[in-house]
Amino acid sequence: MSMPFYVSPEQIMQDKAEYSRKGIARGKSSVTLQYDGGVLLMAENPSTLSKIGEIYDRIAFAGVGKFSEFDQLRKVGVRWADTKGYAYSRDDVRVRALANAYSQWMGDVFTQQPKPLEVEVIVVEVGDPELAGHENDSIYRIQFDGSISDHEGYCVIGGAAEEIGNYLATEFRQGLPLGEATRLGRAALQRASDGESSVAPENLEVCLLERERSGRKFQRLEADRARELLGT
Amino acid sequence: MDFAGKYQGASFWELLRVDYEHLLPDLGRTPGVIQAATMDGVPHGTTVLACRFDQGVLVAGDRLATEGYRVASRDIQKVYATDAHSLIAIAGAAGPSIEMARIMRIELEHYEKIEGEALELDGKANKLSQMVRANLPAAMQGMAVVPLFAGYDRRRKIGRLWKFDVTGGRYEETDFESTGSGSLYARESLKKSHRSDLSRDEAARVGLRALMDAADEDRGTGGVDVGRGIYPTLHFCSDDGISQVSEQEVRSIYEELSGAPGGGARS
Repeated sequence: MSMPFYVSPEQIMQDKAEYSRKGIARGKSSVTLQYDGGVLLMAENPSTLSKIGEIYDRIAFAGVGKFSEFDQLRKVGVRWADTKGYAYSRDDVRVRALANAYSQWMGDVFTQQPKPLEVEVIVVEVGDPELAGHENDSIYRIQFDGSISDHEGYCVIGGAAEEIGNYLATEFRQGLPLGEATRLGRAALQRASDGESSVAPENLEVCLLERERSGRKFQRLEADRARELLGT
Repeated sequence: MDFAGKYQGASFWELLRVDYEHLLPDLGRTPGVIQAATMDGVPHGTTVLACRFDQGVLVAGDRLATEGYRVASRDIQKVYATDAHSLIAIAGAAGPSIEMARIMRIELEHYEKIEGEALELDGKANKLSQMVRANLPAAMQGMAVVPLFAGYDRRRKIGRLWKFDVTGGRYEETDFESTGSGSLYARESLKKSHRSDLSRDEAARVGLRALMDAADEDRGTGGVDVGRGIYPTLHFCSDDGISQVSEQEVRSIYEELSGAPGGGARS
């Protein structure tokens, strides 16, 4: 009788993590930046399949990696948020709870399923100055293994996250007007392609959570408006 | 709350049915409760109407809710925006009706977020009729929900309106419709004064007149309560979206319309 091979848990986790990282590295990156009127989400995306989406009144989602997987996560988030808002109130739907739920779920998939997720996501909530206890913006990044981190100012996900993050660490400052923030976001995304080719405006997905907008604050910018902001 | 449930589609109503049944108002399943709460014990909304005008539709409603012969509320809202270009006006048992309007609003937003594009106006009306049909068991016990649905069809560039019956029957009306206890009188009034090329201002007058006529003949319809300053609501829906006629404006239209009413003995 043959003995089954023993593989150490460290080895299994390492292999899974490497598999996920490779999958994520194949795709393009996505950046989220605070600007003076809210939060800006950008992704390099030549296709019509969205990487950025609306979750709830003040919450947006961005994903990178395998489309079918992060789009599933987005839909689960929308279902979670709408159900919670229906059962309690619209103001009770908060991004921290959502980020924790994602983290839990993605962590479970990573340890229990044979194939880990090949995705990274950002969930972000824009603050509302009128609503006590909800004044600040919150940005969370959740990785393929469920590890979660919160960020201030900007957040990057995707294969080139480190490189783009280093660039933004020197270039980003608080309170940028929308136009400047959009140009910075594009410049940051171009870092991923070694700065050689410029990302065409029509290949950019640009969405906003506008603080001053009433009700649903998410907005997807048309290509014309994006082009105008980029000054091209 | 489970993070990822079984349901995989784009309908919030179905999501509740499959994964969160305890959150769903399903009164038909609890007959004991309903029988105890007869028509007299539960607030009922009374008269709402919708009519077309040259740029879209007007949806109007009085403000009274009754429990049998008593007043349950004098200033209830019966007209709700379900998204930027559609409205629901409720008549019937107030609790389930308001809940249905609320779910309908979430339903449309939910679909739009999941699918990335909004439903067509026809699709919205169809979804509402499924929700009304699901309420049939409760309706058989006196908890009927019979809404009007109206909106601006941005594809066809016209205002459209539907009425529903308790079985979920969905009937598109060309020009105007009213539902609720005073609807007979409101419809008679609209029949005399309505034209589909009414301007916005004319439509506001025709709509308010119809509600006043209904209140004049039907004790369940609220009409204008000058003493308390409670006025019917008038919402317009056109290509620009939804706008509500201000209370002040409703009052001035009321003052203009309220001459001596006809009928009855005069000294």
